[in-house]
Parts: sequence; C-alpha cells; structure tokens
Amino acid sequence: MGHIVIDNISKAYRNRRRQQRAGDDPELRYGDQILVLDHIQLEFQDGEMVCILGPSGCGKSTLLKIIAGFDQPNDGRIVIDGRAVTRPGSDHIFVFQHNGLLPWMTVWENVGLGLRHMTDAPAKAERIAEYIEMVELDNFEHHYPHQLSGGMQRRAELARALAVNPELLIMDEPFSGLDFLTHMKMREEVVNMHEFIRKTTIVVTHDIDDALIMGDRIVVMSGQPSGIKLDRKLDFDRPRDFQKEPALNQLRNEIFLMLGVPYAV
Amino acid sequence: MPSDTPLMPRPWKTRLALPCVAFGLLLLAWEFLARFAGWSTDVFPGPLKVFASMGELIANGTLMKHTVASLFRVTVGFYLAVLGGIPLGIMLGRWQNARLLINPMIQFLRPISPLAWIPLAMLWFGIGDKPAVFLIFLSSFFPIVVSTTATVSAINPIYFQVGANFNFTRWEMITRVIVPAMIPGTITALRISVTIAWLVVVAAEMIAVQSGLGYLILDSRNALRMDYVMDGMIVIGLIGLLLDYFMRRLGRIESAGWHN
Repeated sequence: MGHIVIDNISKAYRNRRRQQRAGDDPELRYGDQILVLDHIQLEFQDGEMVCILGPSGCGKSTLLKIIAGFDQPNDGRIVIDGRAVTRPGSDHIFVFQHNGLLPWMTVWENVGLGLRHMTDAPAKAERIAEYIEMVELDNFEHHYPHQLSGGMQRRAELARALAVNPELLIMDEPFSGLDFLTHMKMREEVVNMHEFIRKTTIVVTHDIDDALIMGDRIVVMSGQPSGIKLDRKLDFDRPRDFQKEPALNQLRNEIFLMLGVPYAV
Repeated sequence: MPSDTPLMPRPWKTRLALPCVAFGLLLLAWEFLARFAGWSTDVFPGPLKVFASMGELIANGTLMKHTVASLFRVTVGFYLAVLGGIPLGIMLGRWQNARLLINPMIQFLRPISPLAWIPLAMLWFGIGDKPAVFLIFLSSFFPIVVSTTATVSAINPIYFQVGANFNFTRWEMITRVIVPAMIPGTITALRISVTIAWLVVVAAEMIAVQSGLGYLILDSRNALRMDYVMDGMIVIGLIGLLLDYFMRRLGRIESAGWHN
C-alpha cells in the first residue's frame, strides 16, 4: 500500500534576506522565522504518480525533504498508510537529483544497498540482477558511478530505490542536468516503470511539460509562503501528446498564467 | 618547444631518467664545491670520500643498526598518532559540538614545534626510546587530526541521507560511508604527516638516545667526522624518498581510486 497524507505541514526557516523582504507582514512570519510552507494539505492514493510543480524557491524541495524524513516540519505530519513518518526509512525512498549513488560502490553494490540483510544469498543476487536488468544496466554491474553517464547513474539509483520495494518513491527534479534527448528517454522510462510497478511516486519538477506528461495528478505550488494553487487529477490517455489533446494544452497555458509567465511571446 | 601536456603519462624510462639527471647534476655541483670552495676535505668532504665512508659504515653494520632504530621509533610514534588521530578526527568531523569544544585547543597546541617539547619529554619519559617516540607522535598527531576533521566534515551530506534512507545503523554509517569516503583524503594526509614524522626523528634522536640516524649525526659531529654526518643525511633523504613513494602507491589502490 502507499496511501500518503500530507497533513497540515508548515515549515519556517531562518533566512535573513527573505526576513528583511518580508518586513512585518504577519502572514510571512513564524515567530522570528520566515514561513516557507503554509499549512500544506494533500492526500495521495496508492499507486498515484503525483507531479508537484512550482517556481524555484517555492519550497517544493523542502516539502519533499520533509516527506522523506530528512527534515522536520514546524507543524503538521506526514502519514504513510496510517503511520506517521518522523525519519528516513526504506519504505519511502528519496531519489536524488545528482550524486545519489555511493561513489565507492559498484552499481551492483549500490543496488544491493537496501537488501544487505537478506540472508538467502542466491535470492539476493537474483533480485539485484533483476532490478539492474530492469533499468538496462546489465553489463555495467561492476562499474563505479563515475564510469557511468548521467542518465545511467539516475537509472542505477532508480533500480536501487525500487529493489527495496518501497511504499513511496520520492523524486527530486529527476531529469535536471540531463541533455535534452536523455531527458526525454528517461521521462519515458520513468512513466513505463510506474505503469509497471504502480508505486506511489511523488515527482518534484519545475518543468510544466514533464508534470503534464507524467502525472496522474498535478499539484501546483506557488507564492511565498507556499500554498497549493492547483490540485488536479489528470486522466488523459497515454501516450500523451500536447498536439492531439487540446484540453492538455489548455491546462498547460492555464498553469503558465498561474505561475505568472506568458505561454506565448 | 612543444607545450607541456601534464596529463600525458610519460614512459617509465623518462620517469626514471629525468630524476637521475637532477641527482647527477647535484653530485657534480657537490664535487665542484668540495674541490674549489676552499674548505679542507675534513670540513667539506666530496662525494667520493663520503661514499667510501658509507661503505665502511655499511660493512661494519653501524648504518643498518642506526637506520633500523630510527625506523622503529618513527613507526611506533606514527602508528600511535594514526590510532589516536583518525578516530578523534572522525569524531570532530561528524560532531559539531565536539569540534567547538576541542578544535581551538588543537589549533593552540598544533603550532608549538615538537622540538619545544624536548625538555618536558626528557623529564617525563627519561632516556631511551620513549621521549623520541613521544616527539614523533606529537609531530604527526596534530596534522592527522586536523586533516581527518577537514576530510570528514567535507563528506557530501547526501551520502548520509542515502545511508539513513536505507536504515544504516551508526556503525554502518562509519564503515560504509565515512571510512570509504575519507580514504583518498586520508592517504594524502598520511603521506604528508609521515614526512613530518621522519623530519622530527633526527632531532628527537639528538637527545637521550644512543642509536638512530640523529644520534649518528650528532656523534659524528662530536668526532669531527663530516663524512659520517653526510652519510646520515643521505640515508635520511633516501628513506624519505622511499616513504613518499610507498604512500603514493597506497594512494593508487582500488578503494582509494573511486573519486577519479
């Protein structure tokens, strides 16, 4: 199961520059700190792919770190299948933007990281091989991360995350820093992977197209402090195409305007 | 002149021949100075005389005895410094309160030359190996602590988050994250500090001991045998060269090479 509740999460930081900008506005203050996330309330169903969209600095990465348990909220809680999350654990795996693989371990060792307590060695090896094959890295098992391309590193990290069979997958800007074609290919792979394993997945991105193509659901955050501007289910057929789906295109334009950016210049 | 290509590995013959040219020139300059600088050969012996007396010292076993004694003290003092300094450095690198507590004290003690400790070392440890080992320990302990602290505190925090995400225990954080992450930096630190330890052994052996290369130099000075003094210096230099070579080799082992 992977039923996630983001229950009334608020987060404040100490940030002098923003504090000065905020002045005495009580809405931006949290004690002597500056409010970043303002009572965020969301609920995700099991197996949903949720894309969280927002301009940089809106607190979407902070929300992600709180969901992962790396950071604590000032208020509210994260609930996975009825249990409150207070710290990181292998039932909710965070996939990093960059450098998430341990560089002193081979692909094989990295993918086996969450399986190190399995006592049945052949079963363990089979499982590692299965996930490496799933991301098409067979033949690269014994390579170190620095010997892999950026896209291969992301795929290896994805395999490592999936190998522990988590309830929730948390991806922070999964395609940032990839070249355009690798980005497109990787996006397709993540969608296919999700269709196949149906794990609840939260993807944070600043790319509107990525969010609309990938998500079963789209959440738009904005403002300072951040609130939810839009939370909508996307039940367009896959593969999705902006050209063939006027409603999708319409939504895209709406979101652009919502974020204060003209979509046609 | 073709431009220099620093990344191109040179063939081994070049890597052997170029340093030999430099040493050859050094020998020539030495010979030249010994002949024409005006000192007597007792005060400034030339290379031939020095090498001849080195033959004597090797033949009667003196040189070997002193070299082994020095190496023994450096090994013991250096290992003690490693055993104490690396765990302390890991602790300071990971635990900010410990760093706030202890780091200023370390920075206070560090610039005090080990040689300043000689009088205290002699009073506390008497004569024999102990004061020398203590001085060598001091000389390499602080550099090891300081560089281990820097290396450990510079480990990318993402790796600890990955560890936490996969439910690493505290022990696994040390063995699977901290230790592998710090190996490349630590080998460099050890390379530097072993050189410092070797630098200090000579001074340490000029007090309170009757063996070692430092003692050989001091004793030969008292006997006005400058050729023996130079023999001691040459052996110190050669061993320093070898230590550096072995530490470099250590830096090339697989577990240290992940960062390339």
